[in-house]
Amino acid sequence: MWFKGYKLPNMSSLLIWGLLWEITGQLELTFFVPPLSEVFVTLFNIIGTPAFTKALYETAVAFLGGVFFAIVIGIPIGIFMGRSRLLDELLLPWVNIFVSAPLTALVPVLMVLFGFGLKSIIITTTLFGIWIIILNTRAGVRQINRSLIEMSTSFGASPMDAFTKVYFWAALPEILGGVRIGVIRAVKGVIIGQLLISIVGFGALFELYASNFLMSHFWAVLIVLFALAFTISEFLGYLERKVSYYAASR
Amino acid sequence: MVMSQTESAFADAQSLEQDIAVSVQGVSKNYGAVEALKNMSLDFPRGQLTSLLGPSGCGKTTLLKIIAGLLKSDTGKIIVNGKPVTGPGPNRAFVFQDFALLPWASVMRNVAFGLELRGVAKSEREDKAAKYINDVGLAGFEGAYPHELSGGMRQRVGLARALSVDANVLLLDEPFSAVDEQTRRKFQEDLLALVANENKTFIFVTHSIEEAVYCSDQIALLLPRPSRVHEIIRPNINRAIGVESIRRAPEYLDIVDQIWASLRAYVE
Repeated sequence: MWFKGYKLPNMSSLLIWGLLWEITGQLELTFFVPPLSEVFVTLFNIIGTPAFTKALYETAVAFLGGVFFAIVIGIPIGIFMGRSRLLDELLLPWVNIFVSAPLTALVPVLMVLFGFGLKSIIITTTLFGIWIIILNTRAGVRQINRSLIEMSTSFGASPMDAFTKVYFWAALPEILGGVRIGVIRAVKGVIIGQLLISIVGFGALFELYASNFLMSHFWAVLIVLFALAFTISEFLGYLERKVSYYAASR
Repeated sequence: MVMSQTESAFADAQSLEQDIAVSVQGVSKNYGAVEALKNMSLDFPRGQLTSLLGPSGCGKTTLLKIIAGLLKSDTGKIIVNGKPVTGPGPNRAFVFQDFALLPWASVMRNVAFGLELRGVAKSEREDKAAKYINDVGLAGFEGAYPHELSGGMRQRVGLARALSVDANVLLLDEPFSAVDEQTRRKFQEDLLALVANENKTFIFVTHSIEEAVYCSDQIALLLPRPSRVHEIIRPNINRAIGVESIRRAPEYLDIVDQIWASLRAYVE
């Protein structure tokens, strides 16, 4: 960001908003917005507590599990849909429905089907993340240069080789873009799962703090969550930029 | 070129007994209502370079892809080394107009990719690839990536990949049309050396009359609407005069004119 010819450091807009938050909090306009400084003090107080580490652990397990399945199921389905007209016709309507469906409304159904435990939370997380991964992978595979496909065919690539050595890599920029958005959606999924299915992890902390009007605690946990999601998303963005050099020349 | 009678008789007899590497027999191909190829028959002599030359829409690339096994013909058959073609096979290698390199792989891996797909061990395929990288003049670029190379160098990678699988038929689909004119001339000279040294059969699609006449032992002139073989021309230019002099040879100029006379009616 540039301001009057001076280069401002990255994320300096956050400083402005943080300052605004602090002022609003100090003015005590509403209990809902405590001063940012108070939130950070609370954050450092709760971050080492057993309750917090337990919640972090529970959320991390459910989140990583959900993202793992979203990726290992989503990418192959996306590749298959991109390569096979038949599968595409069969599955695309469903993918399009679910990518825009209010998945939260489905969570009670999942509870009936899979119980009240970790399994349902992981499935919820997967369901939040997987559709955009499928769609992006499909889009990536569909725009692979035709001659690259003909090349692998003409040199006798087996279907397995074609998938793992050509299609996957050729679609990688789009796949990473899909995974990045899918991971952000999965953050939503894991918290909604923990709130609705069984009150565990960060979901339980949100529930506890919100119902007791502990707003600085509430914001502190939200900041931790934001920081985690932001870090993962930035890391995937970094990987995306690393492969973008060939995105233009496929 | 002046030939004694015995010499010319000998040459005729030789061409009659010529060994045919690829034979196209009665091939037709339709795309919906469009006839891309209609009952086409054509023979490609072993160890020689045959050009498929014609205006756009005459089905030359379609024919090349059918020979490669990338497309299925509706009728007719392709015989390569005495066996009918059912799909892509190790006896044919393809060089693509847009190079078709893996952008995420180094020159070394790209050149060795055909061998990699055939399950050749890493050290063996890299030895072989290194030899052909050297042959096409890219020594020192083994670790470079395609986006770091010029168009001409990329096509050298494509050529090295096709050579390294050691197929005896090389199919080239307008390989020089995406490289600049000077590089193109150098390529044409290198191609003549390859034909002379490699003992492979080259099938070469081009829309450049000069390029076809310069490089070819045999030119199949294809015409569109409906697609058909109009004429087979054997330039018989004496290549011994040197690659630099061919473009000044009267035979060369005559044949270029003759082909243009046939084609001009089809160019709008």
